[in-house]
Amino acid sequence: MKLHEYQSKRLFAAHGVPIPGGDVATTLQEARRIAEELGGPVVVKSQVLVGGRGKAGGIRLAQTPDEAEKVAGEILRLEIKGLPVRKVLLDEAADIQQEIYLGIVVDRAARRPVMMASSEGGVEIEEVARTNPEAIKKVTIDPFLGLRGYQTLTLAKGIGLAGEYRRAFDRIARGLYAAFLAYDASLAEINPLVVTAGGDLLAVDGKMVLDDNGLFRHPDLAEKRDLDEETLAERQAREAGLSYVQLDGQIGCMVNGAGLAMATMDIIKHFGGAPANFLDIGGGAKAERVATALSLILADPEVGAVLFNIFGGITRCDEVARGIVSAFEEVKPTIPLVARLVGTNETEGRAILESSGYRLITATTLAGAAQKAVAAARGELAAPRPGLVEG
Amino acid sequence: MAILVDKKTRLLVQGITGREGEFHSRQMIEYGTQIVAGVTPGKGGQWACDDRVPVFDTVAEAVAATGANASVVYVPARFAADAILEAADAGILLIVCISEGIPTQDMIRICAYLDQKGARLVGPNCPGLLSPGEAKVGIMPGHIATPGSVGVVSRSGTLTYEVVYALTARGIGQTTCVGIGGDPIIGTTFIDVLEMFENDPLTEQVVLIGEIGGSDEERAARFIVERMTKPVTAFIAGRTAPPGKRMGHAGAIIEGGSGTAAEKIAAFEAVGVSVAEHPEQIPDLVAQNS
Repeated sequence: MKLHEYQSKRLFAAHGVPIPGGDVATTLQEARRIAEELGGPVVVKSQVLVGGRGKAGGIRLAQTPDEAEKVAGEILRLEIKGLPVRKVLLDEAADIQQEIYLGIVVDRAARRPVMMASSEGGVEIEEVARTNPEAIKKVTIDPFLGLRGYQTLTLAKGIGLAGEYRRAFDRIARGLYAAFLAYDASLAEINPLVVTAGGDLLAVDGKMVLDDNGLFRHPDLAEKRDLDEETLAERQAREAGLSYVQLDGQIGCMVNGAGLAMATMDIIKHFGGAPANFLDIGGGAKAERVATALSLILADPEVGAVLFNIFGGITRCDEVARGIVSAFEEVKPTIPLVARLVGTNETEGRAILESSGYRLITATTLAGAAQKAVAAARGELAAPRPGLVEG
Repeated sequence: MAILVDKKTRLLVQGITGREGEFHSRQMIEYGTQIVAGVTPGKGGQWACDDRVPVFDTVAEAVAATGANASVVYVPARFAADAILEAADAGILLIVCISEGIPTQDMIRICAYLDQKGARLVGPNCPGLLSPGEAKVGIMPGHIATPGSVGVVSRSGTLTYEVVYALTARGIGQTTCVGIGGDPIIGTTFIDVLEMFENDPLTEQVVLIGEIGGSDEERAARFIVERMTKPVTAFIAGRTAPPGKRMGHAGAIIEGGSGTAAEKIAAFEAVGVSVAEHPEQIPDLVAQNS
């Protein structure tokens, strides 16, 4: 789960990281009031969960409360990379002398958190990694020892930070690591961390991504999920305990297992079609969950055919077939349906589907199923005609 | 001979009285796995699986009484971290964790602790291990596999079953099928398993099933070219996965433009490993190697 800039910075501040004075506004009146309270020039920043806000006109400077109100109004009307701007953050404008990057990610190979610093602040770290990897300095953090002073010194020297700022840098780095631990983050980033004209270090922008598996320990944060981060269908799926990702193709996919679901999408593409979604109905696949899954797929107007790919292992095909049939009763599909049921109790499963009153196009191999689904979505598969059998 | 588990494995089941634990314990016993003990805190002294398996409160008690030397964990995610640490602390050297949803930061500490103890963790969020004709530890359906000479290692569950089933249908048997799990931090990586297969005299070739996210496949490709003599066939799921979206598994995500299927496929092809276009091609490629 991603947190907004203002949320991330407040959590960093709670662990001793200095941030600019500021507050969030959803209306022009609030924006004006905040600008008035802050006094001098302010930066008005759109709070949306995508990168590239500055280029899209979502971060602008305002000299006076009047200007702040006007600029906030313009930004609140923006849509950035498809996401509406619902909130703006107004921060005291900093007099910036130097910009650096400081972040923590989980290094999957090392199985440790890694703290990274770069003298090229204000630029996305992936961009620096491509153009100037030498500029990025890293230290690996031992989970039992924590972040040590010599490590933050190594980073500070590595990026050429002047000696007078190293004590403040150490405090900020430790604060960032404390926040990373405290909220089960998978990423915590200050970009840029600036040196001001007054000689202070200040976290001007912040970003945190929380580990969804750790959210049960942070119910207060879990409630703050920005619903714009996912589509309506994705949210409904998450609430129903399904893994669903919306794509832009025509073939809806319903599969048990994440790896198999990806392989099913891939094979559709391989045979010239395009998957409409990723969907893992999970193990067991109870009727209610299958029904929710099917309605999500069918709610997408682009979907021209549905492919069921079920591999019965511990999950039994007859159980899933019963789920599919009861889902039909609820959602009454009118587009072609291709079903492939293989593995435990496949014969029973197929029999249940056949006696459902719906005619399905069946296949035994994955390749066969994918080819039939592609043809069906193009309207090329005439028989057997899908849909409710009369009488 | 197989890797990791065989007929001699003395298995302990953590969470044996839970719904999943009990169901899969019965399946494992039916397959021929020696389950010597179960652990559920508060239920010590009871018996599970039709009075065939004694239940203990702690892993240490179970090990002392039964000589268990491997453990499988079915307990819910919030208790799973503790269960793994308890097993390692009791001297168990092979721990297989089926549970899904353990926080990444818990896994970081668990892996660091297990390294100190010299214990191996397989998983979490994995289907476990299956050595056909010998033993099964986890949730893989036993009947889809048959003894033979192909080692299978995978980050996935049902996709693995699909491939194993396709191999078996073609008369190609397996030494051991290893599900290493779909999380970002896992105890046993592709390289660990490839090394075991390379050293296992009965394994003649290996099938590796990877997916998007991380760079474990790229490291596997380097290991194959530098250290392996046995042929490897690969498949990578997620060619059509969009960046930035988690594809079911917590670890299956393209982040910052890296971890794509294309990079992984290129890494394997660069070292001469054949990569299947789709799962049903795998038996064809394996047959060409034998």
